[in-house]
Amino acid sequence: MLNPAILVLLMVSIIISTMLLVAATFAFRILRHWDIQSGSELQLRLERRTYLVSTLLIWAFLFEFLSLLLFIYNAESLSGQFVGAMCATGVLNLNPWGWPTLFLKIAMFFVSAIWLVLNYLDNRGYDYPLIRFKYALLLLALPLVVAETIVQWLHFTEMEPNLITSCCGTLFSADAQGISAEVSGITPAKSIVTLAISAILVIAAGVWVALRGRSGWLLSIMGAAAFVIALLAIISSISLYIYEHPHHHCPFCILKQGHGYVGYFLYIPLFLATALSLSAGFVSPWRKIVSLSQTVAEMLPVISWLALFFFIQFYLTAAWSVWVSRLTMMEVWW
Amino acid sequence: MLIELTDVRKAFNQGKPNEFWAIQGITTQFEVNRISCLKGASGSGKTTLMSMIGCLSRPTSGRIRLQDRTISSLPERFLTQVRRHTFGFIFQRFNLIPGLSVVENIMLPAYPLGLKASSLRNRADRLLEQFLLADKSDNPVEWLSGGEAQRVAICRALINDPQILIADEPTANLDSRLSREFMALLDELSKSGKTVLISSHDPVVFDSPVVDRVVELEDGVMVAGET
Amino acid sequence: MITILRKQRYFIDYTLGTMMRHKGKSLGLLSVYTMIIFMLASVMLFSHAMRSEAVALLADSPEIIVQRIQAGRSVMVPAEYLQRIGKLRGVTEKRGRLWGYYYDPAVKANYTVMVSEQDNLSINDIVIGAGIARTRGLSVGDYLTLRSHEGKAFSFRVVRLLESESELISSDLLLISSVGYRRLFGIDESYYTDLVLSVRNPREIQKIAEKLTRLLPDSRPILRAEILRTYESLFSWRQGVMLILLLGSVLAFVIFAWDKASGLSAEERKEIGILKAVGWETGEVMRMKFWEGVIISLMAFLIGYLAAYLHVFYTSAGLFEPVLKGWSVLYPSFQLTPSVDGLQLATLFFFTVLPYTLATIVPVWRASITDPDLVMR
Repeated sequence: MLNPAILVLLMVSIIISTMLLVAATFAFRILRHWDIQSGSELQLRLERRTYLVSTLLIWAFLFEFLSLLLFIYNAESLSGQFVGAMCATGVLNLNPWGWPTLFLKIAMFFVSAIWLVLNYLDNRGYDYPLIRFKYALLLLALPLVVAETIVQWLHFTEMEPNLITSCCGTLFSADAQGISAEVSGITPAKSIVTLAISAILVIAAGVWVALRGRSGWLLSIMGAAAFVIALLAIISSISLYIYEHPHHHCPFCILKQGHGYVGYFLYIPLFLATALSLSAGFVSPWRKIVSLSQTVAEMLPVISWLALFFFIQFYLTAAWSVWVSRLTMMEVWW
Repeated sequence: MLIELTDVRKAFNQGKPNEFWAIQGITTQFEVNRISCLKGASGSGKTTLMSMIGCLSRPTSGRIRLQDRTISSLPERFLTQVRRHTFGFIFQRFNLIPGLSVVENIMLPAYPLGLKASSLRNRADRLLEQFLLADKSDNPVEWLSGGEAQRVAICRALINDPQILIADEPTANLDSRLSREFMALLDELSKSGKTVLISSHDPVVFDSPVVDRVVELEDGVMVAGET
Repeated sequence: MITILRKQRYFIDYTLGTMMRHKGKSLGLLSVYTMIIFMLASVMLFSHAMRSEAVALLADSPEIIVQRIQAGRSVMVPAEYLQRIGKLRGVTEKRGRLWGYYYDPAVKANYTVMVSEQDNLSINDIVIGAGIARTRGLSVGDYLTLRSHEGKAFSFRVVRLLESESELISSDLLLISSVGYRRLFGIDESYYTDLVLSVRNPREIQKIAEKLTRLLPDSRPILRAEILRTYESLFSWRQGVMLILLLGSVLAFVIFAWDKASGLSAEERKEIGILKAVGWETGEVMRMKFWEGVIISLMAFLIGYLAAYLHVFYTSAGLFEPVLKGWSVLYPSFQLTPSVDGLQLATLFFFTVLPYTLATIVPVWRASITDPDLVMR
């Protein structure tokens, strides 16, 4: 497949892997030799190199995020070239590597968001208290990126143009088998009620963390739960309202122009909100470190309010798409 | 006391055959509101010592305290923050950026502070007036005479209203009349509450009546000037 | 927050000033960067526009075309096949089409000849494409003489020229009446070139195609969706090949950018040393240099993309003409319909801005870690 977007995706993932490999070798040196009290030339060199490495990583993670968007958008636009594919689902179903690529990319998005927040926090402590933790975390992220590069490579190189794939209609249907089918089988009433409860909980947790300036983990847990519930709700009910079709459960078709790209307005705030609430849990434990306590006290409320802002944006968009929908699901609701 | 040095040492090319200790254990203090002078031949380590006091570099070992804060173990990011609020620098060769106007050169140290543009400009204009440069404000710095360039460098050192002024061989490029004028300026600044630290091997400077204390360095050790 | 924004403004101001002071260097970099983006964007816009043109054209075409295959070659379809198909559920319309090619030795070109139903042409009328009108110097009212299958000369009167809106396709087109067509090529009433079927519901197409192969074993149904798919992959494949060829120039550009960014003059190095000495922090110097990259990239992207847009849609990709035309001699002076695609923009961004950014990270860092006490030595 010599499609330009595919070439770009492969190129970007290889570049990001290389950047992280470079950063990882540096991380080893940091873990071994870092000593902030020392004024030795080695220490000075290490300190200067942190500027390079964190710049590399900021770019790497930014490009990682953009490549997630490009990956989904590209899967959408490739769907025209395969028999049976109507949207990204069909393209992801082409071979066993499609879905893992997507999931790894999403995981990397969250990991990079957390890392960037930690990096920002650490750079505000005059003795860089988190530096070892930060670079150890980076070593954990490396296998994710390398795996993503390999899996994505397989996904794109093993695309058989003549293969007949199955699309959302079969995967996300209550009659089929597997997780996707079970999710699609959840009744709208149940999923909407759960969504509302999770919304209330996550907003409450966010307000609490923002006002008290501690216990960020609470927001992280609630945020993660709200994320999962939101995805389930999109598949099991919100998508139905957007398509105005009682049995079409696809989470990707909402990204299409035909539905006003409403999917992007749902997913982007949801992902940002989740990333922010996850990082809240990684920020608040450092409150007790002298050099960080003030920064944590300033940052945690900002992160929490931002997370809430994006969550509320997501909930409002979801509510709006249900509200304007001409689909009435009398028999399902009552 | 304002600045306290405890057994400060600085090495270059550490671990290599050409390892060289420029400063070999200096312990002293510098007081507020005084003009102190570091005296010594070139290579005696006075510039290295000044750059460590001024937060431009970190000692290899030893401790430097600025008021009640240890600055010798701060990473560069925080060292810079301390530096730009506490120190103003006047360099031997003035080090103005050619191509920029006088006023732009003066405002340069304040850019990373993100002040409001109008208040920054006001501050620069006041300094220019104080140092009789108001009519030169928009000229490129290449047009200035030696004495004017020196005064622009002083304005630049003062833009962030630092407590301490550090001057490295300030009179090296000035004739003796301008040098004496410069010392008079420093005296004025000292009287207005600034602490001044000069490094020099120019007798006009270290024999000047305005200098309160002379510290003499030789091969990285203090040989005279204990208080 | 406001402080941070103001800070960035100061950095941008400063870096703009620096770029103005080193005009030669910035302009050199900018023009090479712009050239690269211009080339890549032209290729992408052009092939994308060609694809959408083809897709738009196919949008009105029937869902199924039936050809007859004899000894592995497609031949004329007997008219009675229409009856043999009979009534198929889901087929809203079926009819036979007549079309073909005519080689004109005078201009050494192939014309596409089609029978037009809508125009109500009489036997001697003809509608011609703008390409033919240009090369043969014809206008409405003139006569175009074609040689029939028996060698006799046939004169047609030009009643209308095809609008050049979609000239890419219609440039070499001739429309005549079905009687004229049959006379010219010697094909009798009982044959068509192929048959077309319109189907309302896309889900039924596959089923109908299966039924057709059963009813008419020597026929080959061609589905519109299949043609579309082939077009899609063909065009994106072509684009990919072009991009791979251009990758070499992107690489050269990366090396050039690296070189420009790391080859700081003594003057520039001293400037950064002064900034560090008067109180700029490593991160802040990098930020300032980052804005330089943003400004250069943005300008190159805008200028390059705009130039490519004009090149493709207003000069009809004049620079590519010799490479890409591959049509008949009647190269259409077509005007592509402007279309910009988000995926394409993103791809272009990744192909150019990403390599540039990567190439400058290390040199910028190297310049930024200049010792602040350098100016004192």
